[in-house]
Parts: sequence; structure tokens; C-alpha cells
Amino acid sequence: MSIEKSPVSVGKTDTANTTGKAHAPVDAPAAAGDATVAIDPRLLVREQGFAGYIGEFKRKMRAGDLGATPVVIGLIVICAIFQSLNSAFLGAENLNNIFVAMVATGMMSVGIIFVLLLGEIDLSVGSVSGVSAAITAVLSVTHGVNEWLAVLAALAAGAVIGALHGFFFARIGAPAFAVTLAGLLFWNGFMLQVLGSNGTINIDGEGVVGKLTTYYFSDIAAAYGLAVVAVAGYFLSAFLGNRRREAAGIPSRPLSEIVLRTALLAIAAFAVAIMFNQYKGLPLAVLLFAIVLVATDFLLRRTSYGRKILALGGSVEASRRAGINVTAVRISVFAIAGLFASVGGLFWASKIAAANQSAGAGDLLMNVIAAAVIGGTSLFGGRGRTWNALLGVLVITSIQYGLALQGIATPIQYMITGGVLLATVVIDSVTRKTQKSAGRA
Amino acid sequence: MSATPVLALRGVSKRFGAVQALTDVELEVHAGEVVALVGDNGAGKSTLVKTIAGVHPIDEGVIEWNGSAVAVNKPHDAQNLGIATVYQDLALCDNIDVVGNLFLGREIKRRGVLDEVEMERRARELLDTLSIRIPSVRIPIASLSGGQRQVVAIARSMLGEPRLVILDEPTAALGVEQTAQVLDLVERLRERGHAVILISHNMADVKAVADKVAVLRLGRNNGVFDVRTTSQEEIISAITGATENAVTRRAARTNAEAQK
Repeated sequence: MSIEKSPVSVGKTDTANTTGKAHAPVDAPAAAGDATVAIDPRLLVREQGFAGYIGEFKRKMRAGDLGATPVVIGLIVICAIFQSLNSAFLGAENLNNIFVAMVATGMMSVGIIFVLLLGEIDLSVGSVSGVSAAITAVLSVTHGVNEWLAVLAALAAGAVIGALHGFFFARIGAPAFAVTLAGLLFWNGFMLQVLGSNGTINIDGEGVVGKLTTYYFSDIAAAYGLAVVAVAGYFLSAFLGNRRREAAGIPSRPLSEIVLRTALLAIAAFAVAIMFNQYKGLPLAVLLFAIVLVATDFLLRRTSYGRKILALGGSVEASRRAGINVTAVRISVFAIAGLFASVGGLFWASKIAAANQSAGAGDLLMNVIAAAVIGGTSLFGGRGRTWNALLGVLVITSIQYGLALQGIATPIQYMITGGVLLATVVIDSVTRKTQKSAGRA
Repeated sequence: MSATPVLALRGVSKRFGAVQALTDVELEVHAGEVVALVGDNGAGKSTLVKTIAGVHPIDEGVIEWNGSAVAVNKPHDAQNLGIATVYQDLALCDNIDVVGNLFLGREIKRRGVLDEVEMERRARELLDTLSIRIPSVRIPIASLSGGQRQVVAIARSMLGEPRLVILDEPTAALGVEQTAQVLDLVERLRERGHAVILISHNMADVKAVADKVAVLRLGRNNGVFDVRTTSQEEIISAITGATENAVTRRAARTNAEAQK
């Protein structure tokens, strides 16, 4: 049965198709025990093998299920433009700087994606990141506390602050927008108070926080090893998962599809590894960001806690009836956002080697939210993955660095970033309409 | 049929402010029995179901489960007893696929991680035994039709092997064939020994699958009838509260015209 000829397009796959949940070669439920019951002709039946995979991809594109495709194309376009303007853009040093600089915003973006998945917003992450930097600096530099302890205190403070916002939202019932707007002001003031009249505290460049963005694994084996681990890990988990599916007698993916996906991942991973090794080696910041992305993606998609977050983004009432403790999940999600805000604050402090009064101000909050949305996280909840943070923050940081290379001033940067964000939400809205008409949203 | 009812309500009353929603309601449901709960709009059917499901705790009276009094103060209490409720608004998550919705809140885990393979296998098994046909178990609920959502919601209630299943107007929004499928499903629940409470406005559905009909009128019991020995007219007169009403008048008129 050809997909193209189906009179009615009943959507068959979801974004999970790109996420490792396998899809059916033939996915019409068996007509239970009754051979005369014909398979509903409207049901999409995917062809076996690789041809089926291509057909599936084409159908999804037409149905408006674009996934990460627009961002990836956008990223390629951005790179092409800046490279044509200045050949240093795709040079190892500039790319390396982009990757290291994006981690601070990216970490905070991971946190905000958790909140966006609930269909809520956290406007306080910028200020909370500033509080985190200030706490670390004051404890370790001014009071001489062990720097590890200072970092732990800052992280704990971030989580507690987030949980506090979550409490007012989930328990008291105040709108998250208003609560975190109040938080934005309050914690910014708190940070200024903590920093004191001095205003700026310089951080030891060789300390824990200092090394976050300055340490490189100079051995070339590190970057290549990470690439090998990532590729092998992906292939093994996909392959073994598929074997289990086959053994259980449920539809599985063709091996050719797994090989193709692994090959694409391998090309990307080794290209980045080669790039790092041409400069100073694998940056610690990038390794930590990669670990966070893998861990949070696992948390969201493979644990029942993550399933609860997605369920709350889909329907609060359904979640409540399913016995999910809505209040607890909401508070914990805001705590996660606070935690990652303070992680981002530490990376930010590391980058400028100081905790200062402008930490967490300016366009940081907007960039964090924009990164999540540009990467493909829905503002309406329930749709998104933490990998979106990587793609979105790559776009934003690439634009910043590309424009900086051209010596274009900040006002223009803001305007261009704003334009990209608008383009993203426009694409998102248009594709959502297409998805609706294709019965998919 | 067992002598002790799975669920028995004794003199249950419920007030919302100035409104007395339920007054001294009695209801018994046995295992392997389908009890249809009928009544006009506002008769208290939904309120009664919500008291059983733990959404609204009762003010007076006793809820007995297998013969002993129990407290049902929150939905969790009802679930723990083995009461599954399928509400009219189906309460499914649009963004999560069929398997995820079926197992929402009771995911199968392997070494602490969601076992998608086992959940998908069981989901297919369950949907097959209930002869439910949907395009794929891996599409988001958003892409399913209303009838498909209804059967997914009912299938979902079956996963916990409940003793009592409450269906709130399961056929209200369905087409002819899907209504038949849902009624088949109700009969299969009875064959498996579940107790079923079926809320319906549709007398044809009630006559087709129910064993007993409990009528509510203005928040009070207005008779419990055996479906096999009771005519549709008797049930309707109990619902409307009189033998003389719009429905009987119309029936009499049609009869009179037919006899001319």
C-alpha cells in the first residue's frame, strides 16, 4: 500500500521516530483472530526496509512534522553566510570559542526547557544565575571557603530558589509568569546585595570555576575517544533495543535505518572532534554540556519522572487522574530550572573570570528562552527535548560570534537575533497549522 | 453472581452549598454485572459517579466494598480499591502516544528505566484482545478520532485489572459501528467478571448490555429494574418521574394514530 495514494492521511508516526523509539514496518494491528476483517485502508502501512524510511521522511515533511530540520538548515545557512564574509568563521579557533561560549546559555536553556515542557515560563533564570556566581565568588574569594563547597552551595541555592518559585506557582496557585517576574527583580537585588559595594569579585582563573571554561583535554585521544563512545553508544543502544523489539514480536526498525543514523552521527561527532583537536583539544565545558544533555534527555524520555513532566504539559487533568502528584512534579521542575540556572551562572562567571553586577542581566534571559524555542521546544508545553537547547544555542552563539567577527555592533546583533527568533516561531506556527490539517497536532 | 455486592452505597448524601445533589441514594453492583445508571440531566448521575471515584467525598452514608465499609476520600483511594473510571472528557494526554497514555501513572520499568518494549507488547496484546483497531500504538493521541480515543480510554482503565469499571456516557459521541464496539467491550468486561456501572442516555444501549437499571431522579433513587422484565416505557416513566409525561403522551398519540 503506497503512502502517497492513501486517500486520507492518518498520521502514523510522531517525533519519537527521530528519537530512537522504533517504528513499525507494518503497523496495522492484526485483525484479531478474524481473517475476514480487512485492514483499514486508511491506515498507513510503511514499506519494509530503506525505501520505506525515505517514504516516511517525505510524508512527514509534507505533513509539517519538520522536527529539527529547519534549525539544521538555518544553522547551515548561517555558517555559509558568515564563512563567505570572513573565512575565519569556520576556523578551528572561532568554532571552538563558539562551542565554549554557548555552554553557559545552553545549560540555562536546558533548565528552561523543563519548564517550557510544563507549558510554563521561568523569567528568573538570568537573575538566579547571577546569584549563583555571586554566592560562589563571595564564599570562596571573600570568605576563603573551599571552592568546591562554594560551588555546591551555589548549586543548592539555585535549586532552592527554583523550588521556592515552584512552591508559589504550584501550591499557592500564582501564575508562574508573575512569580518568576518577581523572582527576576528580587534575585537581581539579592545578587547586588551579596556582591556588596565593591561590585566585582575576580575569580581565580586556576580554580574550580575558572577552569570550567579554560580547561582543555589537550590529548587528542580525548576528543576522538568521546566521539567513538558517543557513536558506539548510540549504535549499541539502537541495535540492542531493536533486537529486544524483534524478540518481543513488535515492529522494529530496519537495520539500514540504524546504520544511516549512526553514520550521520559519526560524521558530525568526528568533524567536531577534529575541529577541537586542531585548536587546544576537547574543552571541559563541552564535555560537561554533552553529559548534561545525554543525562537530561535520558531523564525526560526513559524515566517515569520524565513521562510525568511530558504528561503535565499535555493535560494537567489527565495527569492528576493518572495519580501523578502534580504539585510535587511542578515544584521539582522549577527546582531543576533553578539548578541549571545556577550551573549556567558558574560557566558565565568562568568565562568572564569574575562575578560582577551585570551578571545575569542584559539579553541573557532572552537568549536562554530563544535558544529553547529556536531549537524546537513548544511554548505551549508537552513538546520538546533537551537537545533543542544545543541546536538553539548554537544558532544564537554563531550569530553573535559571526557578527562580532565582522565588527558589527550589539544593536544590530540584537535585531538579527530577534529576527531569527521571530522566523522560528513563524515556522513553528505554520508547521503546526499544517500538522493540524494533517491530523497531527 | 456473588451474594455480596462488590460495591454498595447505603444512604449516600452529598451537598454542594445550598444544593442537595444526592439524598439517601442506595446502589448495589455485583461482580459480572452491568448496572446502567440512568436519569435526566441534573439527576445526580455524574455526582454519584464522582463520589464513588473519590472526586467528591460523601457527606452522609456508607460506601461498602465487598461488604465492608470503606472511606473513599480521594481518587487514589478508589483506584487502590480497584475502581476504574472512564470520564466523558477522556483525560488523555494529546502529546503522548497511545502506549504512553495507556500506561500513564503505572509505567512498566526495567532496572528503573521505562520498559517501552514490554509496554508496547502489552498494549498491542490488550488492544488485540479487545479488538480495538487504531492506526498505530505509537502515534500521539492528537491524531486519533473521537471514537478511537474513547476505546483507548476504556482500554486504559482495563490495565489495572479493576474490580469495578465506571463508564460515563461511553457511546455519546460515537458512530454506529464504534458504539457497537464499545458495547461489545462492555460485554467482554462482564464476561471477565468485572462489575460495570454504565451511565447512558441511550435506552437502546442500556437494553442491549445492562442487567439492572438504577434510576436517579432529582438526586434520589427512583427504582431499580431488571432489564429483561422491564419495558422501556417503565424505565422512562421512572426517569421523568411520572407515567404521564411528554414521552408517554407522544407514545399514546402515535398508538392512537396507528390504530385509526
